[in-house]
Amino acid sequence: MTPHRFAPGERVRVRAAEPPGHVRTPHYTRGHLGVIESRAGSFANPEELAYGRSGEPSVPLYRVRFEQKQLWPDYAGAPHDTIVVDIYEHWLEPAEAKSRRTTRPGTDKIKARQRRSKR
Amino acid sequence: MSGDHGPHPHQPDLEDAPASESELLARAVEELLIEQSVITASDMRRAIESGDARSPASGARLVARCWVDPAFERRVLASVNDAARELGLDLGPVEVRAVKDTERVHNVIVCTLCSCYPVGLLGASPDWYKSRAYRSRVVREPRAVLEEFGTHLPQDVELRVHDSSADLRYLVIPLRPAGTEGMSEEALATLVTRDCMIGTALPAPPAGD
Repeated sequence: MTPHRFAPGERVRVRAAEPPGHVRTPHYTRGHLGVIESRAGSFANPEELAYGRSGEPSVPLYRVRFEQKQLWPDYAGAPHDTIVVDIYEHWLEPAEAKSRRTTRPGTDKIKARQRRSKR
Repeated sequence: MSGDHGPHPHQPDLEDAPASESELLARAVEELLIEQSVITASDMRRAIESGDARSPASGARLVARCWVDPAFERRVLASVNDAARELGLDLGPVEVRAVKDTERVHNVIVCTLCSCYPVGLLGASPDWYKSRAYRSRVVREPRAVLEEFGTHLPQDVELRVHDSSADLRYLVIPLRPAGTEGMSEEALATLVTRDCMIGTALPAPPAGD
């Protein structure tokens, strides 16, 4: 089992990446700050499983808590409302990391390729 | 004698809609498996029947037991799959987690990316749970969605949405309603409806009070 890098209570940012393929990180969380609510075990990587591969090594999963007001600036509910999303570790980075749009080498290239193919 | 029943509209039969590609594929695979004696038609029928037999009554039993037995509730919060086995329920390999409502926090479940759902405890999910409207709106305006279910949540209660888009499934343990102190576990279970365990509704106190 892959050890967890983040601990409960730690502030993290969801990578603002848009890789191609099957991804289980909801779009509305990307680029946003959250807090590790708890560690939730390790699972075969769904981004690999989706293409018939083994999904090994397994990836640590976390329950990450977000403030609704942070996710949706016009959120009309109560100011203390929250949402907890299950997110795999390779989508998270420490909150201090300042990189806003890309965090992983190669992401820029992939996005550029996507932009080109859209034209 | 005439086959003419007049111009009134009739309800289309199931077969009137064109079969989708995945339906055709499933049918072809099923026929092949049976033809090659991998499974029998009875195996298939039994699997469908046992799938359809799952219902929210199982989840309601689990919640009612939590209400009357705090030690059981602690085991549920530690592992729903293990605790369910005590009630004779096999939830399979997928891990189910319980989130417990308190006076200060109300929980509601969604799977925005597909329709993950604890079928072993709640049976097949309702169509609205799978709808784009529910999946997209309950994360963005959950209080408005709950109001449409007739569920009003005071502003001072934290509404916590759980998006289960990964490997875990969730079940809400709602608050036991006031005025149910003398009720039996079986009677309590009748207050716990499917929507109470998704979090879009709250258990109503017993009728007639």
